[in-house]
Amino acid sequence: MITLLAIDWLFILEKLILIVSIISISLVIAMYETYAERKVAAVMQDRRGPNRAGPFGILQPLADGLKLFMKEEIIPNTSNRFLFVLGPCMAMLTAMMTSAVIPWGGKIHFTLFGADRWVSLQIADINIGILYIFGVVSMGVYGIMIGGWASNNKFSLMAAMRGASQVISYELPMGLSLIALLMLTGSLKMSSIVGGQIDSWYNVLYQPLGFFIFLVCAFAECNRTPFDLPEAENELNFGYHQEYSSMKLGFYLFAEYINMFISSAVMVSLFWGGYDIPFIKDANLAEQIGYNWLAALQGLSMFIKIAIFIFAFMWVRWTIPRFRYDQLMNLGWKTLIPLSLFNMIITALVVLLREYGWRF
Amino acid sequence: MHDSKSILLHLRTTFGEDGVYEQKTIDQIPTVWVSKNNIIAVATYLKTFYPLLYDLCGVDERDRSRKNGLPSADFTVVYHFFSFDLNDFIRIKVGLHGEYPSIPSITSVYVNANWYEREAYDMFGITFEGHPHLTRILMPLTWKGHPLRKEHPARATEMGPYQLYDEKADIEMEALRFKPEEWGLKEHSDDADFMFLNIGPQHPGTHGVLRIILQLDGEDIVEAVPEIGFHHRGAEKMGERQSWHTYIPYTDRIDYLGGVMNNLAYLLAVEKLAGIEIPDRAKTIRVMLCELFRINSHLVWFGTFAQDLGQLSPVFYMFTDREKIFDIIEAVCGGRMHPNWFRIGGVAQDLPNGWDKLVRDFVNYFPKQLREYDKMVMRNSLFKARTRGIGIYTREEAIEWGVTGAGLRACGYEWDFRKKRPYSGYENFDFEIPIAHNGDCYDRAVVRVEEMRQSLRIVEQCLNNMPEGLYKADHPLTTPPIKKYTMQDIETLITHFLNVSWGPVIPPGEAMSCIEATKGANSYYLVSDGNTASYRTRIRTPSFAHLQMVPYIGKGYTVADLLSILGSVDYVLADIDR
Repeated sequence: MITLLAIDWLFILEKLILIVSIISISLVIAMYETYAERKVAAVMQDRRGPNRAGPFGILQPLADGLKLFMKEEIIPNTSNRFLFVLGPCMAMLTAMMTSAVIPWGGKIHFTLFGADRWVSLQIADINIGILYIFGVVSMGVYGIMIGGWASNNKFSLMAAMRGASQVISYELPMGLSLIALLMLTGSLKMSSIVGGQIDSWYNVLYQPLGFFIFLVCAFAECNRTPFDLPEAENELNFGYHQEYSSMKLGFYLFAEYINMFISSAVMVSLFWGGYDIPFIKDANLAEQIGYNWLAALQGLSMFIKIAIFIFAFMWVRWTIPRFRYDQLMNLGWKTLIPLSLFNMIITALVVLLREYGWRF
Repeated sequence: MHDSKSILLHLRTTFGEDGVYEQKTIDQIPTVWVSKNNIIAVATYLKTFYPLLYDLCGVDERDRSRKNGLPSADFTVVYHFFSFDLNDFIRIKVGLHGEYPSIPSITSVYVNANWYEREAYDMFGITFEGHPHLTRILMPLTWKGHPLRKEHPARATEMGPYQLYDEKADIEMEALRFKPEEWGLKEHSDDADFMFLNIGPQHPGTHGVLRIILQLDGEDIVEAVPEIGFHHRGAEKMGERQSWHTYIPYTDRIDYLGGVMNNLAYLLAVEKLAGIEIPDRAKTIRVMLCELFRINSHLVWFGTFAQDLGQLSPVFYMFTDREKIFDIIEAVCGGRMHPNWFRIGGVAQDLPNGWDKLVRDFVNYFPKQLREYDKMVMRNSLFKARTRGIGIYTREEAIEWGVTGAGLRACGYEWDFRKKRPYSGYENFDFEIPIAHNGDCYDRAVVRVEEMRQSLRIVEQCLNNMPEGLYKADHPLTTPPIKKYTMQDIETLITHFLNVSWGPVIPPGEAMSCIEATKGANSYYLVSDGNTASYRTRIRTPSFAHLQMVPYIGKGYTVADLLSILGSVDYVLADIDR
């Protein structure tokens, strides 16, 4: 009894509210990413895009979601039922889990029962935040693998193999490019990486090459053009989710959009100052408008930065062709890994020389 | 120096007077009958001068009434060979006797005879001895009978109602199952199992109902087996029941991206048979429309090729430009993709008022677009990475497999039938033959893009120099005939009435046309028995030859490369299957 009382129930409540709101925000954002994707594509292709459901077609994602729910669900006879259902669940699960360690804004302050409470807008500020992200993202490949394998379809299988080797290959340069960043920040904790950039230079200025490598790998991890080989529609008929229908297909599509959102968020947090409001001293602003408003503005700033990255994802998709499988592997192993190793060594050298008191 | 005369003389001296019979045809192509036992020797001899097996087809001669002293035969197999050096065709005919005759296969001499012989077997039941894999190619494996034989019904209504009961459905499904051992393919290598991947008939990358079965080692193609015929509509059979005039709309649908260009290929042969001289204005109108359709077809190819490589946007720009061409076509013809606009002896109507403004606007508008596409697609480094060094073949291989058109020009061979064997007044136009040298997917693209510029030049010349005069020849066999005199002259009235109600009666004979169509050389080989319908309509299409080559050039590349190759070959399924 005593131990139960000792638990800070309010803390759990705060976290629950945070979790629910972040998951629902991710879902809504993923929904509207589909809308944005279609509108961006339309603009780039001299078309109008969805404009029937609601003003400017903004209800289109709802209609699409409803459609997916109403579709007949087909599970192929030759598939492994359990794995077939597990695939999309894994994809969705791993996509949602990453958001746990991302700081979405500064602290909120309020008074409850006469006590001051500071709530940070981050679900879990664990001290190995980046490693956590890596762990979860690399689990994402299971969604593709299991789905492709369980479908018992040759196209799906080939796509799943491509997807697995692609994700694994691109995790290496991604990790290496981050090691260089970690040398500068000295922490794996997301909040301190972002905190170091607040009202200061963004990490991208110290690590432009690292950011570039990370960006390319993020495209690959999200299976977006030019790395969309697992779902190359002209060759493999939409690849690993070919046999899926109804909401299970929806899960895969949704997971891709959530991944895009989360990887944009990670890139913003690691390299572009996270929730820092650019060109303004956040600390000064807090004195003028209070911490709660500041946190709101910071959240907004974060989302604007994310939106820019999401747009970049879409822009690239509708502009350039796709790699061939071996070209993709060559790029990963022969270009990006040496580049990120080079970046790592240079960074290490600079850090070392600084230790010895060199000034640059 | 050899010419066709000395070659004929040689044939005569080698195989004896009896074995060789020379036939006069209206299209001036040297035509020789040889006996079936000599065919391999003849083919081997001819190959040194005529390296290209242009076409091979069968003819059912049993119903023919006007043989004009030709050797007797129940069936004939007709070979068309082409010589680039002599710039001439030679037609070899072999007369066969019996209900289901046989003849030695020439696949050992000309590799591309393979599919042609399979087609002749499929259509006529002629057996080719020594053929590596003589099975049906266009008809389903379960089909009864051989469609182009005269006793085979032409209309579905003559065949009784169709029923697909369960057992029959099972048989049909079983016939579609791919059995590797039938094609001599192993299921395992020394250390691994091969995967057989079925691409198509419903696959976004095949541009139509084409099935390609790939034997894969990982992602690498060991062997590819195309299966065609899903788009087969019996166009050649229809030629035997439609009148000469009413067959024109069917030709539109052969290479459905080429539109009126198919009309031209057909009509050139008909007009040779009928002996009609086409007025200059009609010729120029035909050239202009053909070149507009060439641009049109290349735009479709360009957009879909980029799309095959994963570049999703250019196709929208190119289809928008294509729409602008369709606006012109629609103003002139009333139709869009299948305008059915050319007529025996000319075109259906004169150009409408204001056509020149439409064409001029397009001529001014389009070069800017082409420059943009160059930047967007051709100079894109990813596009280059996906197409350079992929699907290479040399000039010799191209000729061996019967490749014509842009595919041949991409190997550095400056050969264009519009320049080398001008027809319909192409000799009066100033344009160049674009070529490239590596023979890979990228070079085929380069050639086609440049061809659009050259076509635009031709269109501009048509626009600036459109001659005055008749849009249709003043000849009794033009259909429908010019109406000017019908109300004054009873003879003309009767001719007009007969030509419109029955269709024209084309004098007996045989003729082949050859045009540079959008995809390569397209020909109609027509045999007339002096009737209102053709006795035999043979359509030689470029896509058929090009697709036959795909397994050969696709070997060793990956699945993704196969899509580049298929895209760069630029075929149309209707053009393959007819």
